[in-house]
Amino acid sequence: MTPKTLVDKIWDAHLVRPETESTPAVLYVDLHLVHEVTSPQAFAELRNRGVRVRRPDLTLATMDHSTPTTPRSAGRLQVLDVQASAQLAQLETNCEEFGIELFGLDDTRQGIVHVIGPEQGLTQPGMTIVCGDSHTSTHGAFGALAFGIGTSEVGYVLATQTLLQRKPRNMELRIDGVLPRGVTAKDIILAVIAKIGIGGATGNVLEYSGSAIRSLGMEERMTICNMSIEAGARAGLIAPDETTFEYIAGRPFAPAGADWGAALARWNQLASDEGASYDRSVRLEAASLAPMITFGTNPSMAIPIDGHVPNPSEAASAPERVDLDKALRYMALEPGQSLLGHAVDVVFVGSCTNSRISDLREAAAVMRGRRVAAGVRMLVVPGSRNVKREAEAEGLDRVFLDAGAEWREAGCSMCIAMNGDQLAPGQSAVSTSNRNFEGRQGKGGRTFLASPLTAAATAVAGAIADVRTLS
Amino acid sequence: MKPLTSLTSSCVVLHAANVDTDQIIPARFLKTIERRGLGAHLFADWRLDEQGQPRPDFPLNSPDAVGAAILVAGDNFGCGSSREHAPWALLDFGFRAVISTGFADIFRNNALKTGLLPVALSTSAHATLLEQLAESPRAPVTIDLESQTATLPDGTAHAFAVDPFARHCLLNGVDELGFLLEQDAAIAAYESTHTAHVCTR
Repeated sequence: MTPKTLVDKIWDAHLVRPETESTPAVLYVDLHLVHEVTSPQAFAELRNRGVRVRRPDLTLATMDHSTPTTPRSAGRLQVLDVQASAQLAQLETNCEEFGIELFGLDDTRQGIVHVIGPEQGLTQPGMTIVCGDSHTSTHGAFGALAFGIGTSEVGYVLATQTLLQRKPRNMELRIDGVLPRGVTAKDIILAVIAKIGIGGATGNVLEYSGSAIRSLGMEERMTICNMSIEAGARAGLIAPDETTFEYIAGRPFAPAGADWGAALARWNQLASDEGASYDRSVRLEAASLAPMITFGTNPSMAIPIDGHVPNPSEAASAPERVDLDKALRYMALEPGQSLLGHAVDVVFVGSCTNSRISDLREAAAVMRGRRVAAGVRMLVVPGSRNVKREAEAEGLDRVFLDAGAEWREAGCSMCIAMNGDQLAPGQSAVSTSNRNFEGRQGKGGRTFLASPLTAAATAVAGAIADVRTLS
Repeated sequence: MKPLTSLTSSCVVLHAANVDTDQIIPARFLKTIERRGLGAHLFADWRLDEQGQPRPDFPLNSPDAVGAAILVAGDNFGCGSSREHAPWALLDFGFRAVISTGFADIFRNNALKTGLLPVALSTSAHATLLEQLAESPRAPVTIDLESQTATLPDGTAHAFAVDPFARHCLLNGVDELGFLLEQDAAIAAYESTHTAHVCTR
C-alpha cells in the first residue's frame, strides 16, 4: 500500500464522491461552526430556495466578531451599535428557525468560535471542520482538516453538509530542536511565515512536524495552526498524539466511556505513514529562532525583535520593493531602524491566536508586580467566557487590573475592530492577534504582531521591548 | 448568479501585490446582513479621504477608470480573511473580472461562486499587459471564458486556467448548490455508513 499522509487519510474518509477532471470531490463536513458576520446571507439564501439545514446536529453557532467586550452590567452585555445588534438578532432568529444550537451572549460557553470548538471538545482528530472564517485553520492543531469558507459555501454546508473541493497539495514544515528561552509558538509561526512568504503555502495544507512541534502543548499548537492562513495555506495540521488526547479527554462533547476507547483507536491511525511523501518540505531549527515581531503591513513582514527593519532598496524583486516601501511609509518606520524602544499607544492581548488560558498566564507572569507604562492602554480580552472564569479563578484578572490594564469580556475585539474596540488613526499597537494589514485594528492604526510575552513586556516598558532583557 | 461568457472592457490597474480583503472591504462594513450595497465601501480607506471624498490619486478614481469592468492587480490578490463581502463589493462596484498572477485560495473560491472571474496570467503576460495599459490606459482587454483566454490590447491571446466545474457554473449562471442538492442519495448513503463524530445538541 502506498504510504499516506494525514491529509490523504482524512480526505479519503470524507469522500461522498471522488473528484474527476470535470468535477471536484464532494467532501463531507463533520462540524460546521457559524458566527454572526458571515452567515446571515447564507441563511437568507436557504430561505429563498426553501431549503432546510440538513444536519443541525453537526452545526454550532456563537457570537464573537461584533460583540462588545466592555464589562457586563447586571450580568448583561449592552450592544450599543445598532447594526451589530441587528446582526446578532438575525443570528438568533436564524438559529431558532433552523434548529441550530447557539452559544449566545447570555450563554456561559460563549466565546471566539476557534476557542470554543476545542474548549468544548467538539474539535477532534480526523474530522473535517469548516467555518465562515479564515482562522478555522486553528482546529488543525488536533489533526482535523479544518478550513475557512465564504458565505456561499456556508449556505452549501448548511443545506447539504458537503462542499465541492479539489484535493489540496501537501507541504511539510519540520521544526526540530529545543526552543530558546523567551521563544513561543507565536514566534515560531511568525518565523515560518517570514520564511515562506505571505502566499508561500497557497494551495497547500501545511503539516507541522518535528520534535519542537511535538514538545508544544495544544494551545501553542493552535496558535501555530491558526496563522497558517497568513502564509496562504488552505489549512494547518499537526498529527494527534498523547498531548492531543489528554487535552480532549473529559471535555463536554468529547467521546466518553466505550466511545473513548474506540475514538483513541481511530485517532492513533491518523499520523502520516512512514515514507509518505509531501509535495514540498521546509525545515527550521528551533535553536535558531528568536522572539519575532512584525514591522510591516502583512504578517510575513517580521523580524527578530532585536533585528532591524529591512531596506526596500535591498528587496529581492521590484514588486517586493514597492510593497516594503508602502508598508514602511504606512507604519512610519525608517529602513534599518531597530524596533526596540519604539513607542506604542496600545497593547492588545487577545484574539483566536492568543487568548487562551496559557496565553493569559504568560502575559500575567510578566505583568505581576509591574505596571502598564503611563500613556499606554492595555486590553486583555479572554477568548471565551470559560477562559475568563478560569483566569479569574487563578487571580489573573487581578494581576492585569492591578497593573492598570483593562480586563474585558470574551470576543474578537480589537483583532478585527468591529465592536468598538479599535485604534485611533496614527496610533500604534503591539498585538497578539494575527493580522497587521492596514487599518485592521482601526482605520489608520498601526499594528505590530508579537507573542503575549512581548506584548506584556511592551506594555510595561511603554515601548517595544524584548522580554528576555526586561528589567 | 449572472452568467459570464465573454467580456470586453477597459481596465483599472492597482499597482500593489498582496492586496488583502481588509483593504478590499474594511471589517467595519461587515455588519450588514445584505449582499448588496457594498460597492460604496470598496477599497474605502484607499479610495476615500477622511471626509469620504474620492482621493484623486487613487486609480479607481481616475477618469480612465470610468466604466472599467476589469481590475488588474499584483500577485496574491485577496489574501487574508474569508469574507465573501470582498467579491460582493467588487461586483457591486461594477467589476466582473480581476487579473493578477495569483489569487489567495478562499478569495478565488468566493469570487467564482459569486460571478466574479479571477484570471491568473503568467508573470510575463501580466507584465506585458501592464506595459500596454501604461501606453494606452483605456485600451480594451477581452476575457473569454469559453476559450479561457485573455486578449490583450495588442491582440495577443493568453491562456488562463479555471476549474472546469466553476467554469461550467459561470458560463451557465448556476451555482454549486443545485448540484450538491442533487447528491442527496449519495450523501445519505455516506451518512448511513459513517457515524457522526459529535452531536452539538
